[in-house]
Amino acid sequence: MKTKFLFVLALLLPLTVIANEGVKLDHAPIDPNNQASLQRGAKVFVNYCLNCHSAAYMRYNRLQDIGLTDAQIKENLMFAGEKVGDTMTVAIQKADAKAWFGATPPDLSVEARARGADWLYSYLRGFYRDDTRPTGWNNVVYDKVAMPHVLWSLQGEQVLKVDEKTETHHLVLEKQGTMTPAEYDETIADLVNYLVFMAEPYKERDKHLGLLVLAFLGLLFVLTYYLKKEFWKDIH
Amino acid sequence: MANSNQQDSKGLLGWIDARFPLSSTLKAHVTEYYAPKNFNFWYFFGALATLVLVIQILTGIFLTMNYKPEASLAFASVEYIMRDVSWGRLIRYMHSTGASMFFVVVYLHMFRGLMYGSYKAPRELIWLFGVGIFLVLMGEAFFGYLLPWGQMSYWGAQVIINLFTSIPFIGPDISLWLRGDYTVSDATLNRFFAFHVIALPLVLLGLVVAHLIALHEVGSNNPDGVEIKKHKDPKTHIPLDGIAFHPYYTVKDLMGVSVFLIVFSAIIFFAPEMGGYFLEANNFIPADPLKTPPHIAPVWYFTPYYSILRAVPPILNSQFPGVAAMGLSVVSFAFLPWLDRSPVKSIRYRGTLYKKWLAAFVVSFVILGYLGTEPSNVWGQFSPETLIVGGADRATVVARIFSLVYFSFFALMPWYTKKDKTKPVPERVTA
Repeated sequence: MKTKFLFVLALLLPLTVIANEGVKLDHAPIDPNNQASLQRGAKVFVNYCLNCHSAAYMRYNRLQDIGLTDAQIKENLMFAGEKVGDTMTVAIQKADAKAWFGATPPDLSVEARARGADWLYSYLRGFYRDDTRPTGWNNVVYDKVAMPHVLWSLQGEQVLKVDEKTETHHLVLEKQGTMTPAEYDETIADLVNYLVFMAEPYKERDKHLGLLVLAFLGLLFVLTYYLKKEFWKDIH
Repeated sequence: MANSNQQDSKGLLGWIDARFPLSSTLKAHVTEYYAPKNFNFWYFFGALATLVLVIQILTGIFLTMNYKPEASLAFASVEYIMRDVSWGRLIRYMHSTGASMFFVVVYLHMFRGLMYGSYKAPRELIWLFGVGIFLVLMGEAFFGYLLPWGQMSYWGAQVIINLFTSIPFIGPDISLWLRGDYTVSDATLNRFFAFHVIALPLVLLGLVVAHLIALHEVGSNNPDGVEIKKHKDPKTHIPLDGIAFHPYYTVKDLMGVSVFLIVFSAIIFFAPEMGGYFLEANNFIPADPLKTPPHIAPVWYFTPYYSILRAVPPILNSQFPGVAAMGLSVVSFAFLPWLDRSPVKSIRYRGTLYKKWLAAFVVSFVILGYLGTEPSNVWGQFSPETLIVGGADRATVVARIFSLVYFSFFALMPWYTKKDKTKPVPERVTA
């Protein structure tokens, strides 16, 4: 068992190291308190991601937290007759997905916590044309990724240019999509903002509670400090 | 004592006291337990460890109500707690933060013991029970970490259980027996759940009670390392330097508790992952037996020992020396009462030799702890021309050096504590 485990480890180690090496992630310009951005992100998510990727721990009505009513959620973000209390599941079968893409699309409920916002922001802007790949797409952040560039009609097509002298590479937009590069970056920022929200919906709400708790504990400390002082007056 | 109680108490309390030693127990352990009056900052952490134990048990009960110890449901049930259970997110973070904070306060509590010689006669048994608590706590943390069934849970458990495989002859059977399967699986999750929620907590509570009974039998040590029972009031038989635990130390600990809770709440509400040290990012990916994460690191409180494991080179193609060294690095604490041959307890009256060794030990512990969170190539390699260590990972060489310092602290203790110059110890506690 152990030798098998070590063997697998040895096999995988070089691959993953190569995959992670030398990629500088862009900082994701997201704001968890910007409800308009979160709503735009939710719209992109249900339209483009929620066909192959599920978010099986996320309920539609949790979107109330980003300022939407149940009616708005039903009208704009639900397409398959689900109930508003249902979770965001998809019809695609895991076995089918595996056969079609070579990998099962991961559930995205907590993806932002596993990858981080910067990784997602860079990844979703990092697709480029690569004819050696079965889908015709590759990614600078995730080499040989199984996922095709789903948002290509928005972004257009990028190619990878390699600078021989400095041994660096950079992406060049060869064919623009329906969005300008600035618009596309903004859309991706909205989407990442939403993914971060979805990974931990109560995070911001609980922070407000946290301030109250800390204020109470601060007061408690002052009280206990003087209580101790009073009791210890006669100890020398 | 029991007789005097029966005369003192009337009414309901009198009725109880005639049948159960309520008043006398409270007196012996709380209102008439006399603790030295010179406790400093370092003496908060025993009470705080008790507080964290209570937090862990209470939050654990509510988590158990909603958690599913089943491989296909475990990960989802944790997210269910995070999203659908009322207050679930905060209860879960209290528990996960509590695990790390348990080790923070226990390490500080142990360091207090090292500084003031609290393990020395007549407190050897208190110390041994304490080491027992520490070992059980490590088991608790290890078993509990599998339950969220994320990638780090899974592969961490896989790596640690596989360590037992390296024990000569019986190793493979032991790991199979622990795992309950040929790979970490549902069977493993079920038994780890049983260990985590009932077996080890029972042992832990028993050891905590024994730790406290032994403490109250011999009395607390203090920053001066003098026995307050030597000087008692001739009439009342109360130690002259002792004050009643209640109300003096209960109000003082209350103050400590409010400061601790401020730190604790700040983490829960604003940084529950603590930058990946309390909750690792990889653990938000469900366990996948077919995908090994590129870098498997234990949670921070295990990393000093993990560093030692990695630092020891295999001998005759066997990892056993590393595993044995790791085990020894944890168990070494138990031998302290018999390794320390200094005539004084407190660091205040010891010479510079002990102070230097203790400082070296703390530095080793911290550096080994840091290196254990990083891959061993974190600092790159020495150039191939370097003498002796040419081509080796810098971090591994550093970890080897500090592992030696770590063990030397224990192994050379009989020598340096005996040789060390000591200062005269006062008869009574100082302010």
